[in-house]
Amino acid sequence: MILPPYATLLGIAIEPDDDGTRRLLLPFAGKVSGRPGFLHGGAIGGLLEMAAILRLRDALGDEAAVVKPVTLTVDYMRGGREKPTHAAGVVRRLGSRVANVDAIAWQDDRAEPIAAARLTFLIKR
Amino acid sequence: MQPIPFDPQSFFKRFTWEHHGSTLGIVYHAHGIDWTELALPYGEHLIGDPASGVIASGPILTLLDQATSSAVWLKRGGFLPHATLDLRIDYLRAATPGRTVIGRGECYRLTRSVAFVRGTAHDGDPDDPLAHVAGTFMVTRMPAGVAA
Repeated sequence: MILPPYATLLGIAIEPDDDGTRRLLLPFAGKVSGRPGFLHGGAIGGLLEMAAILRLRDALGDEAAVVKPVTLTVDYMRGGREKPTHAAGVVRRLGSRVANVDAIAWQDDRAEPIAAARLTFLIKR
Repeated sequence: MQPIPFDPQSFFKRFTWEHHGSTLGIVYHAHGIDWTELALPYGEHLIGDPASGVIASGPILTLLDQATSSAVWLKRGGFLPHATLDLRIDYLRAATPGRTVIGRGECYRLTRSVAFVRGTAHDGDPDDPLAHVAGTFMVTRMPAGVAA
């Protein structure tokens, strides 16, 4: 998967996850901040959605398949501070037409996420 | 002491710091007593699908986050602290490439602890929305010694 212009604008990069899958890294910058010193909730949501799409695309292994997010629910649990944020997706179910994917975003400790998301996708292949 | 009055028109016109909403190009559109409309002009930096030119859904989330957040400040009668608890977005259809997206947020219920918000986004026809949002914000009390 090649990251789209929106992900490049945010400064998102792909990095390896501990289990051999791929996840995302968002460096802190003014362009992703909301109130001074904190990440914008919209940027966190955008990161979670991109992490979910990356994991789903890797699970599909089909470049020609079209994936469309239908619903996105984000829980904001901690403020995002001025440090790098990691985000990883988990595919809960991959059907022929629908996929359910979760994603979490964390900074210092994966066990203490700053936000979590649940997404449903339509798949056309 | 009264809370700092909140005027969305001037608030979204000038951020004194680099801000994610400004980076995306979000600007003020309209507001009322408990609602705000913000505009997100089309731009190539927003694209999520290079093949079709359709913008990513992340910028629409940011647009609706800011529009609903602004609606809470209007409903509370001042620029007071709050934190997003959750947001749920339904993506009803893709935004049309080239068109400005208008995001409308409304605070329809305010309690001592929680502000309940909802809203929609469209790209020209409010009766043909492209996204729907529902969410909650945790509202924090005024600092000690400050009357609301």
